[in-house]
Amino acid sequence: MTVLLEARVLELLSQDARVDYETLAVMLGVTKEEIAAAVAKMEQQGLIIGYSAIVNREKLEEEIVSALIEVKVAPQRNQGFDAIAELIYTFPEVKSCYLMSGTYDLMVIVEGKNIREVAGFVSERLSILDNVMSCATHFILKRYKDNGRVFTDKESDARLVVSP
Amino acid sequence: MNLKDKIALNVIDVPPSGIRRFFDIVQEMPDAITLGIGEPDFVTPWHIREAAINSIKNGETSYGANNGTKELRTAINHYIKGRFGLQYSAENEMIVTVGASEAIDLALRAVLNPGDEVLIPDPSYVSYVPNVLFAYGVPVPIKTYAQDEFRIHPDNLKKAITPKTKAIILPYPNNPTGAIMGKAHLQELADVLKDTEIIVISDEIYAELTYGQEHISIASIENMRERTILISGFSKAFAMTGWRLGYALAEQTIMDAMKKIHQYVIMCAPRASQAAGVEALVEGAKNGFEDVIKMRNDYDMRRRVILKALNDMGLSCFTPRGAFYVFPCIKSTGLSSEEFAQRLLMEQKVAVVPGTAFGESGEGFVRCCYAVSLKNINEAMRRIKIFLEQF
Repeated sequence: MTVLLEARVLELLSQDARVDYETLAVMLGVTKEEIAAAVAKMEQQGLIIGYSAIVNREKLEEEIVSALIEVKVAPQRNQGFDAIAELIYTFPEVKSCYLMSGTYDLMVIVEGKNIREVAGFVSERLSILDNVMSCATHFILKRYKDNGRVFTDKESDARLVVSP
Repeated sequence: MNLKDKIALNVIDVPPSGIRRFFDIVQEMPDAITLGIGEPDFVTPWHIREAAINSIKNGETSYGANNGTKELRTAINHYIKGRFGLQYSAENEMIVTVGASEAIDLALRAVLNPGDEVLIPDPSYVSYVPNVLFAYGVPVPIKTYAQDEFRIHPDNLKKAITPKTKAIILPYPNNPTGAIMGKAHLQELADVLKDTEIIVISDEIYAELTYGQEHISIASIENMRERTILISGFSKAFAMTGWRLGYALAEQTIMDAMKKIHQYVIMCAPRASQAAGVEALVEGAKNGFEDVIKMRNDYDMRRRVILKALNDMGLSCFTPRGAFYVFPCIKSTGLSSEEFAQRLLMEQKVAVVPGTAFGESGEGFVRCCYAVSLKNINEAMRRIKIFLEQF
């Protein structure tokens, strides 16, 4: 039951982390205390590591450019990919970093003020690292959906407004 | 020539839908929030839509068997057995219809002679009374009350029965109240009905949407199967309202009569919809109906939110355990249902349906549908609270 409750709390918080415990308790038909306990436990376990706003960057005043970079690296003895990944994800420009299966090794998501800044990061910081064999940079042109959120203003409800 | 004189009297006598007028106003109000809806807010799951697309691609575009494709009837046969413990022959006791709506019409026309009385719990879905009138029957309301959680009280059933009573419509889980009838309560009705020859038309379209308690069909109560016409469909459980796909189950003699009307009037339900129905049931059986469970959990969550909000602001509301409606009492405002709905719409731009649209006993209540986003539920509750401050 607690595992199930935690899963449902997690699902709801992933959709909206600002729902208060009282509302969550009503939504899930349990007490406020049970919600608080479930959240505390998940925070303690590191299952929930933080709460952040989902930002529609297209609406930001200042422009932001994002790129996905496919990085091929030569794994190091005894450390595999972890050491080089750490070296990469420590750069503040890097927003996300994943080890991938398939034709390249690391997927790195980078943000910068403009294309030049991202290009500079790739050519001057990323590609010169030992063990980095190649980089393929893809700029994001438009975001439709992020973290399960669709970035449109329209709420489409094609239903009849009143029906029997 | 006065064309109005040419319209059949039993059609002209049916009053226009009370919902229609509201519809017209709300539609012209782009920033209104509507809780006046009567259908799921999910789109049909993709795999079900895809099955229909494939059926069209495969050229399944001709007429199908009158009573439904064999695949679909077999799938329904398995589904009702697995889900509700009901056994009906896919060959002789089943028909696939254009929505449960057609099945209601068939059932009434199959059994009614002019002047036969049909008992209908009040409040109930808006179509039963007109359907009975179109079939030359006489609708007889059985009032249901908030203190009975809007179930039919066996005493009130007894009182409503006359020598002319031919059938009773049993619509649980109920639209608009959200009431359900559990086994013990159905048994009480069965005890009254067993000494009569009244046919039960059980509209179980919301059977998959009950909360905290499984749906029981009256057909599974001892000795009730023979007299029951069970009606259900895909609209509410699988979010398939626009597909118009339903079915009816009944003992062969009645079913033959229903089939006779259906084959001359309808021919068959749309083929693509039937292919979608097969996918919904066959895939559902494989994965434990995960789509349905997911939607039900979501409705349940919203049910608790809206229920608490309404009760907290003083619109007392019994706890509905089925469908996706709450039916709060608005008598504390001193307004009639119509006035309440009208003023709420004009002053705060929230649409609810006056209880009286569903029958006289709906006076003092309004229907709020919670098959809308949580965001809209919360905003609607905020506006209703402001609206209530003046009373």
